[in-house]
Amino acid sequence: MSQKAGKKGEFHVVNHSVPRRDGRAKVTGKATYVSDVKLTGMAYAKVLRSPYAHAKILSIDASGAASRPGIYCVITGNDLEGLDPYYGHAVKDHPLLAIGKVRYVGEPVAAAVAVDERTAFEALEHIEVKYEELKAVLTPEDAIAKDAPLLHEKKFEAGALRGFEGEVAAGRGTNICQEAHIKWGDVEAAFKKAAAVVEGEYYFPMTYAYAMEAYVAIADVNDNGVTVYSSAQHPFMVRHDLKSIFNLPVSQVRLIVPFVGGGYGSKSYTKIEPLAAACSWKAKRPVKLQLTIEEAMLTTRSDDAYTWMRTAVNADGKIIARQARIYMNTGAYAENSPLVVEKSTNRCVGPYSIPNVQIDNCSFYTNTVPASSYRGFGCAQVTLPGESQIDELAAKIGKDPYEFRLANVAKPGEEFFPKMRSFDGTLKEDLDIAAKAIGWKEPLAKGRGRSVACSGSDAGAYPLTSTAVRVHADGSVTILTGSTELGQGSHTVIPQIAAEELGVPFENVHVVSSDTAITPYDRSTGASRTTTLMGSAVLEASREAIQQMVVMAADVLKVKVEQIQAIRGGVRCGEAQLNWSEVISKFYGLPDGEVIGRSYIRKSGKFAQLPVFWETACTGVEVSVDQETGKIAVEKLATVGDVGLAINPALAEGQDLGAATMGMGIGLFEELIYQGPQLMNGSILDYRLPRFSDLPKQVELHLVENQDGVGPYGAKGGGEASLNSMAANIANAVERAVGVRIRSAPLTPEKVWRALKERKQ
Amino acid sequence: MKLSFNLNGRPIEVEYEHQETLAEVLRERLNLTGTKISCEVQVCGACTVLIDGLPVSSCTLLAYEARERNVVTIEGLAKPDGALHPVQQAFIDEFAFQCGFCTPGMILAAKALLDENPKPSREEIVHYMDGNICRCTGYVPIVRAIQKAAQKLSNEK
Ligand code: FES
Ligand code: FES
Repeated sequence: MSQKAGKKGEFHVVNHSVPRRDGRAKVTGKATYVSDVKLTGMAYAKVLRSPYAHAKILSIDASGAASRPGIYCVITGNDLEGLDPYYGHAVKDHPLLAIGKVRYVGEPVAAAVAVDERTAFEALEHIEVKYEELKAVLTPEDAIAKDAPLLHEKKFEAGALRGFEGEVAAGRGTNICQEAHIKWGDVEAAFKKAAAVVEGEYYFPMTYAYAMEAYVAIADVNDNGVTVYSSAQHPFMVRHDLKSIFNLPVSQVRLIVPFVGGGYGSKSYTKIEPLAAACSWKAKRPVKLQLTIEEAMLTTRSDDAYTWMRTAVNADGKIIARQARIYMNTGAYAENSPLVVEKSTNRCVGPYSIPNVQIDNCSFYTNTVPASSYRGFGCAQVTLPGESQIDELAAKIGKDPYEFRLANVAKPGEEFFPKMRSFDGTLKEDLDIAAKAIGWKEPLAKGRGRSVACSGSDAGAYPLTSTAVRVHADGSVTILTGSTELGQGSHTVIPQIAAEELGVPFENVHVVSSDTAITPYDRSTGASRTTTLMGSAVLEASREAIQQMVVMAADVLKVKVEQIQAIRGGVRCGEAQLNWSEVISKFYGLPDGEVIGRSYIRKSGKFAQLPVFWETACTGVEVSVDQETGKIAVEKLATVGDVGLAINPALAEGQDLGAATMGMGIGLFEELIYQGPQLMNGSILDYRLPRFSDLPKQVELHLVENQDGVGPYGAKGGGEASLNSMAANIANAVERAVGVRIRSAPLTPEKVWRALKERKQ
Repeated sequence: MKLSFNLNGRPIEVEYEHQETLAEVLRERLNLTGTKISCEVQVCGACTVLIDGLPVSSCTLLAYEARERNVVTIEGLAKPDGALHPVQQAFIDEFAFQCGFCTPGMILAAKALLDENPKPSREEIVHYMDGNICRCTGYVPIVRAIQKAAQKLSNEK
């Protein structure tokens, strides 16, 4: 059998920007999202939310609401007998409705199920809840205080799928949710002998992902089990939580995910599915629970982070030590924050080669909206301090920050992080491209500044993925994949890989995705894992199908298997040539039937060592600062994705630009603001998002393709990393433009203006 | 109550209640789910439809306001034979969407722009489209798609 060489330039389908598979559906309004689905006999639920940040629930009287016309039932925390109402893949701390106590303003307390949404909504004000208010804990500082009230009194079981190897710290009689620590070398000694040190405190804000489709789930719980249509990124993870809530075998829980209207991490893991399912369980009919955007803002946010950091160089300009202490605010429930804590700890280091490191990170439960994954997984939180300090240090020792980075970044193949995969990117090349793209060396106009910055994260992608590639008798192909199409393009990239391997036209390869009753197990669609892991699975499954078809061809041609040679799109044996359609049809003796190629990927072989890849990218910006108002505009933006090989370059660049734009939003204006226990800007009217008019005038998108990843044809993940360095980049460029160093994001006009004013005095 | 209006080129009559928005009537009563709902406060543009050729947020427009007027939704843009409108085709060609949730509103707003101003400059596009949010793309490919569609439309003339 011939094995394809697979060098850049030799590909037929991959590494080409073929049009999106979902293109026609999405431009004609035919693409179906969960909010568009209607089931026969479907009822609608609306949620009553807590007005208190921290309070005991003394009583709930739902009788007034339950007896209203059109209401099927009202469900509260008192009605959950027979279910295991707590869920959480990392820590089982999250009740599907508040039980006995509420822990944040906006927490679901009850739900009304009715013939339509309006009827359900109108019933909510007839549910009477008596609370006894408790003292609230709103920041890590509050959470640590000696007399701080405890958010969670009980000890929790660790969730079954927590995704990290360490202990769970939650529920040990403090408000600590999770801790993570890393340490090597001798930090104290290194700082003593350093030639220069910078030290500072930084704040990275709470942010809201604003997937334009708010959370939505339709649940149908009946004697056959639980079926849920959901806008979930990780249907298999949600299945696990539902299985434990309802105590059912995996085979009786089915998650179906059609198109998802944006995720960016905010739809990873379980959200409103347990509540929707409990509503259906009590109402005994299918129930749709569609949140509004305001409610989505009360469901998940990113962890905000307070970081103290110091970094040291020696006289040769080599970074010799970094130390950081991070306090993260995780909100009322753990969700995925324990993993965010672990990842942000590691990501304080990368992508630099530093001999002495100590990072101590702790996240705290507070009476605020639960925090969880957000594009970049804790990396942006610590890249603001990390990449700011690189510039601060360079300035201190009189070096060009770009040259200073070049001298200190991890080299290809270097084991710069103990026990982890050696570095698989080429940062010098990446930085060089970014610097050129924004005209690093060119003269700057007054009030303008430039910065290039990078990040390299140990991708959270856990290798556990399976797939089936079905080759039909007409030579067309159906791929069963658990990867969810969030917009990133998995429905395009996955068939590209199968088409490349099987040698069939891309147009003839289709995908069935994200139905846990049909598609084989895939752990998640997140951490930029799909191309690398699902892509590898599809590649292997395609090759396995070819192996089977070679055996079938031998049978058909009555020759030995060794005599069959696989060629592109079929087989050859001497003069005889058969395409896949002929092999299958002749084998079965009918123009029908199929071959199923399979593959299972686990943490072994080339995927044994984590991270599966380092997600590496650089961004470059040029900003202008209006000294009168403090307003910043990003004039130039460059992204460089170090992706190994782009299966679809246009899609990969699109991911980078999307991520960089989100990062720019955080750098300039995005922030969820709490005033006391209330979220002050919990609506899109008040939460400022990047718009057309914020778009930089000059944008360059670059990909570096050295085929140095473990994924198919040397591919690696991308799509998060361009976000991570943006806030630091903007802060650095502002410093170079107007000489003020701002250590917290976003860099709002007010903040910049104040800093300028203070400098004048 | 009954509401009659022109929908995607055909007269239509539909039952509705006075508090219903146009978006609700389209999505819930007529099953035209291409019109998307996101912010519900007239900020994001996901729910944009064209009324007498002008872009309107259907999430905050009472259905009643559409009586006897011409409403075009994303479902009405392609030709009956399935041929896409140049703006739709340009969105595919330029990768001007990812999740696609903003796309119907984006495409209709872009069509309205090009109907009014067949050769918009980059600045004019940015200004006109500023009421439509896209969280996925970073806007650059959308601007490119609109420019490409403008080119195509002017060649067709
Ligand atoms: S949903 Fe109508 S403008 Fe946002
Ligand atoms: S394509 Fe997702 S919001 Fe625009």
